[in-house]
Amino acid sequence: MTSETTTPMIGRAIKRREDPKLITGQGNFLDDVKLNGMTHAAVLRSPYAHARILSIDTQKAAALPGVVAVFVGKDLLDVNPLPCAWPAGGFKNNMNTPRAMAVDVVRFVGEAVAVVIAEDRFIARDAIDLIDVDYEPLAVVVDPEKATQPGAPQLHENAPNNVVVEWSAGNREGTNRAVASADVVVKERIINQRLMATPMETRGSIARYESSTNEFTLWTSSQAPHVMRLLLTAFVFGIPETKLRVIAPNVGGGFGQKIFVYPDMVFCMWISRKIGRPVKFVEDRSENFKSSTHGRDHVTDVELSGTRDGHITGLRVKTYAGLGAYLSTIAPGVATTLYGRIITGVYKIPNVSIDVIATYTNTAMVDAYRGAGRPEASYLIERIVDRFAAELGMDPAEVRRRNFIPPTEFPYDNGLGLLPYDSGNYAPALDKALANVGYADLRKEQATLRAQGRYLGIGISSYVEICGVAPTAWANGQGWGAGLWESANVRIHLTGQVVVTTGSLPHGQGVETTFAQIVADELGVPYDSVLIEHSDTAGTPFGYGTYGSRSLAVGGTAMVKSARKIKEKAKRLAAHLLEANPEDMIFADGKISVKGSPDKSKTFGEIALYASVGASMPDGEEPFLDETTYYDPPNCTFPFGTHISVVEVFPDTGAVEVKRYVAVDDVGNIINPRIVHGQLHGGIAQGMAQALFENAVYDDNGQLLAGTLMDYAIPNAGMLPDFEISHTVTPSPVNPLGVKGAGEAGTIGSAQCIMNAVIDALSPFGVRHMQMPATPEKIWHATRG
Amino acid sequence: MARITVTVNGKSHTSDVEDRTLLVHYLREQLSLTGTHIGCDTSQCGACVVVVDGQSVKSCTTLAARCDHAHVTTIEGLAQEGNLHPLQEGFWECHGLQCGFCTPGMIMSAYDLLQQNPNPSDDEVRHGLEGNLCRCTGYHNIVRAVQYAAAKMRGEEVSAPNV
Repeated sequence: MTSETTTPMIGRAIKRREDPKLITGQGNFLDDVKLNGMTHAAVLRSPYAHARILSIDTQKAAALPGVVAVFVGKDLLDVNPLPCAWPAGGFKNNMNTPRAMAVDVVRFVGEAVAVVIAEDRFIARDAIDLIDVDYEPLAVVVDPEKATQPGAPQLHENAPNNVVVEWSAGNREGTNRAVASADVVVKERIINQRLMATPMETRGSIARYESSTNEFTLWTSSQAPHVMRLLLTAFVFGIPETKLRVIAPNVGGGFGQKIFVYPDMVFCMWISRKIGRPVKFVEDRSENFKSSTHGRDHVTDVELSGTRDGHITGLRVKTYAGLGAYLSTIAPGVATTLYGRIITGVYKIPNVSIDVIATYTNTAMVDAYRGAGRPEASYLIERIVDRFAAELGMDPAEVRRRNFIPPTEFPYDNGLGLLPYDSGNYAPALDKALANVGYADLRKEQATLRAQGRYLGIGISSYVEICGVAPTAWANGQGWGAGLWESANVRIHLTGQVVVTTGSLPHGQGVETTFAQIVADELGVPYDSVLIEHSDTAGTPFGYGTYGSRSLAVGGTAMVKSARKIKEKAKRLAAHLLEANPEDMIFADGKISVKGSPDKSKTFGEIALYASVGASMPDGEEPFLDETTYYDPPNCTFPFGTHISVVEVFPDTGAVEVKRYVAVDDVGNIINPRIVHGQLHGGIAQGMAQALFENAVYDDNGQLLAGTLMDYAIPNAGMLPDFEISHTVTPSPVNPLGVKGAGEAGTIGSAQCIMNAVIDALSPFGVRHMQMPATPEKIWHATRG
Repeated sequence: MARITVTVNGKSHTSDVEDRTLLVHYLREQLSLTGTHIGCDTSQCGACVVVVDGQSVKSCTTLAARCDHAHVTTIEGLAQEGNLHPLQEGFWECHGLQCGFCTPGMIMSAYDLLQQNPNPSDDEVRHGLEGNLCRCTGYHNIVRAVQYAAAKMRGEEVSAPNV
């Protein structure tokens, strides 16, 4: 380490340190891991959405040369079902979570029924076809509302009417009065369709058991290795937490789906112990679609009341949220807290009432998918506000402006049980977006084109979301069963190299780069001397992982705090060496100097060397610069923004062309603009995909019709536009970096932006609402009445 | 079982492969070239794209036995003498990747695209890469990355767009 002044790294759009391995084929993803003696698992999955298993004959499969063993659900009864960590709403007696494999009854297509272990994956797959299962099909329900109706098929005896939890927030009486007495009431049934996260790398697990020590190692494509270790040991296997090491290799995208504990983790561990050899399982794409978690699946009736001059007076919401056949790790909280408590969005609404009925259906489990509850909330409020503007014949930008929470009212309590919104200033983001898109001219162009029989639509979305959900005490009050702080240890080695370990980890976000930028600046050391270590429970402090746009606001802040503790100790040590008072020391430009005597100084490198050797430490000081922080934020952060899209719809074909997409996002201070833009691009693409393309649709028999990438339309490059990204910057007061989070904002802002534009384009045809995705078929019909 | 001789990234291999072995499994399992990925089971995603005899192919839909005497280039063979290929450089400079799982296939498809069209429009890049899915980037920066490489391969001065 040198004492020369280093260039500030925060705010610089440097390229990512993660990339060299990934662009040269040296990435190490789960399926790239090979172990000595490794066996391969293939899973027989239920073809029925609901059926009783009468018998399973595995003899032929077991006899196939190359097959090591075959296991069924009854073999694994000595381990517990998977835990659900977020029973939001306080329910207890109807928590039905999956086992590693079904035992007596299958409840969704794709549920594991048997596992074959073989010498290679091809033999294992061949053997799957030789297993004979006798099923007795049962009646099926896939719709979250129909599941609650009298006579609906029942999934679990302990959940009458398939209800997981009935949850509500707000002021029911006040809202009922406001709606009943309003000048204007608009109402819609709004469906937020089921989606599939579709990380390009599917999920999977590799487990190895060491019989000499009774220790497991699990490689798994996960966003939260420490949490997986905790859940698998303490809850599923009932073994000491220390008997499992979890490693997430390079993770090829997660988008929420890789937060959770899954059956393959359990059966790979259990079987590796049973057979004494490592076991590998990697999903193929159709397995990922059928059996890993899905997102959204809301059916909502919404009413919004207001005055003729565009002021909103009330919002009444009733949502049926499908959670699938069993509860995934945090599913109940996503459908309630993360959705219902932010349902008012960016608006000051005096009377709000929301009811959520979360239900079991014969479908794959639903849990957090990029945005997790907030996209459903922002879609709902932004769609119904647009509907209100259309009803009044008022410009949708103006209606939004009239109802924004004023900047003077932050921190703002929306009355729905959140901690107050930390900060916000919504009108400047709207104004900037209107200016960037050229709104006034666009409205004129729209009128001109309409006269020519062309249908331009302009869609506005003003959103707010919740990042870095915290503090733990508040989350516990929401039923969250663990912590929501994050860890960071910072160590300065003898050579001055900085090693940071954290429970936070990337799966594409580039936080190795961002974290190193932060730590380099905080310590005044060269960026290249900072190493970020993560993703392995061996060698990193316990942490809760990466989801909910929390890595920077929570994990990054933990790093800053550890680095500040390091600086304090460095000052004490420098003061000792310089025979000065620690309070008189200044840490700047890589040097610790005595106030008023800049020539009396030690470089940070000198102090690192001194502390690392530790030969003559002052009384009461330990050798080494090594500090750890477990940072529990005082509040969430609340990024916001306005997105505006311009589309043209073509009545002859029903096609939609997205001509412009302008986003103004306020994610607080920005550490690396290139990375933040990338996060927003990807987020917007996923929301746009929900609006126009994607639908994880089940038929009435519970068959997943969108079961492959031929049927589930994640967009390719030809289906998306360029994105025009800019910002306003309202630093978060919650953390010392002033950052909020950018991973989900794009998704939370975009689906309704596109839908509002499509519906605006179709307004001459009398269209006031359309369910997503706005496919050419729907549009073609809509233009024909 | 078939015996094949294949040149992969300039190195000749003679191997016995099952008749049903796909090129992607041959590369990954037998040659341990794991830079080529598998992202789907229906030839939609393009994570497995490699170049065979000068043309990009989806190696998940190509039998290894068909590649007897073929010349195969994978992502591992693109950098020459330690120098990144302009496409690799472009993806790095322009933040054309996030998780990196689709990136090898995306780069190999773009390699073929630029062989055929050294001066594509943005629209031609987008349509030329329709066989490759990326879930992270929204493609915006992938288009920039390919244009960066195209310009560099034409001998022009290039830099990543400002953000």
